[in-house]
Amino acid sequence: MTAGVDPIVFYLTIFVLAIFVGYHVIWNVTPALHTPLMSLTNAISSIILVGAMLAAGSETLDWGGWLGVLAVALVSINTFGGFLVTQRMLGMFKKKEPKPGDKE
Amino acid sequence: MSADQLALWYLVAAVSFILALKGLSSPPTARRGNYFGVAGMAIAVAVTLALIYSHSKSVLPIVGGMVVGGVIGAFVARRVQMTQMPELVAAMHSLVGLAAVFIAIAAVNNPEAMGLHTPITGLHKAELFIGTFIGAITFSGSVIAFGKLAGLGKHFRLFSSAPVVFKGQHWLNLALGFMAEQSEWPPFIIMTALAFLLGFLLIIPIGGADMPVVISMLNSYSGWAAAGIGFSLDNPMLIVAGSLVGSSGAILSYIMCKAMNRSFVSVILGGFGGETAAVAETEQKTVRSGSPDDAAFLLSNADTVIIVPGYGLAVARAQHAVKELATKLTQKGVTVKYAIHPVAGRMPGHMNVLLAEAEVPYDQVFEMEDINSEFPQADVALILGANDVVNPLAEQKGSPIYGMPIIEAHKARTVLVNKRSMASGYAGIDNPLFYMDKTMMVFGDAKKVVEDLVKAVE
Repeated sequence: MTAGVDPIVFYLTIFVLAIFVGYHVIWNVTPALHTPLMSLTNAISSIILVGAMLAAGSETLDWGGWLGVLAVALVSINTFGGFLVTQRMLGMFKKKEPKPGDKE
Repeated sequence: MSADQLALWYLVAAVSFILALKGLSSPPTARRGNYFGVAGMAIAVAVTLALIYSHSKSVLPIVGGMVVGGVIGAFVARRVQMTQMPELVAAMHSLVGLAAVFIAIAAVNNPEAMGLHTPITGLHKAELFIGTFIGAITFSGSVIAFGKLAGLGKHFRLFSSAPVVFKGQHWLNLALGFMAEQSEWPPFIIMTALAFLLGFLLIIPIGGADMPVVISMLNSYSGWAAAGIGFSLDNPMLIVAGSLVGSSGAILSYIMCKAMNRSFVSVILGGFGGETAAVAETEQKTVRSGSPDDAAFLLSNADTVIIVPGYGLAVARAQHAVKELATKLTQKGVTVKYAIHPVAGRMPGHMNVLLAEAEVPYDQVFEMEDINSEFPQADVALILGANDVVNPLAEQKGSPIYGMPIIEAHKARTVLVNKRSMASGYAGIDNPLFYMDKTMMVFGDAKKVVEDLVKAVE
């Protein structure tokens, strides 16, 4: 049944379904965590690192390849920075009053 | 590694990203969610690296780039202050946008390296175009947003937080949009340049008050850019991750627009948020003002106090003092809660992070809808550096902010308002709450006043 279907149709299917998943998952995020949500989604959007790596990984490193390397460096700022800052923020959300003796 | 194996690993990564976002549904699960995100990213990077190694062995430049970027990213993540989060996020969006453009250029230059046919098929070309287009808009738009948030307007007029609008700008935007759609050749360069320009022009007219919407919107764009690149590289994982981010940003924009009672279109068209209070009524009304000592007396004798923090509080860096005040009051047997308006900060959820940083336990912090019903039973509503979000005019037909959801602080038995002066808020309208009989104004810098309150409560 799926023979002869252009791959773009599959990708479109994935795209639409992913939007639905995103829609439902995101509405469940508590408003208190919307800032961490933004920094986390920001880190996730740095998944284009994969594309940058492919561009930087060509056998002959011509100027396009170096552009890819530059893209890798730029996006890595996001990847590392995004997850780390999210972690730092989430670490601040505490439930109980810290006891006087407690140390971080 | 076979193509099938690769695709399956990518599936694992995509599922991890979904679980990461799912984790954010509550604070206790949120950190686990972040770990899922890290795991997904690690898997995606590792298998891609393995793939490249098996093809070309040329992984050193990649690793080098990652180390450089990673060190910068880690440094920034440790050093950034929580009040600067909006700037950081805007800056990071711009990086994703720029990288998307670079990737697309590299793909046009050497399609085979990206696993594409040479010459690139028409469909892939179109997909690359879309990815680049959105990426370029994201980049230039985010740069402007960053400049505005970081307050660079003093140095460059371009970054002024007031809307920069010139005559016929919207028509120019429209024309640029059309040209970008129509042009065939030399397609790539022209289109990218136009998209950069469009991004600048799109964000320049938007004022500071609308920044929460702008950041969320650019968040969304950066996701769509990733999805666009995913389409052109035939990579379902990029499509999934990009769509998740894209829909997240879109939902946040919607929430922010709703909280500000603004339509998305009117935010994009810009020109709001810079108007100064032109029509302040000059009618003399009396306000009752009191000293911190009077306020402290009211607070210590209350059973329940609801604190309504606004961005003015964060500007004055008074979060820690507020937390101290709340602790003191709690020790005296007063129930203290916080009420947060969705646009209390400079980005969605910003105020929650600022309070969390000051070690306010998150189970004392409530969203507007959850706490509004409690105001009639509250003895004191303490409003710190907030104005428009507690303006009861929003419930009155015909007022400029009619329909905007507000924190119903005016329903509390007593209202304490700390402000620096009687100046009006972003909306540029007067606030009748300040003139009510049960309201007492405590003028002064938020930090100073709250510290005085802490002392007076002893």
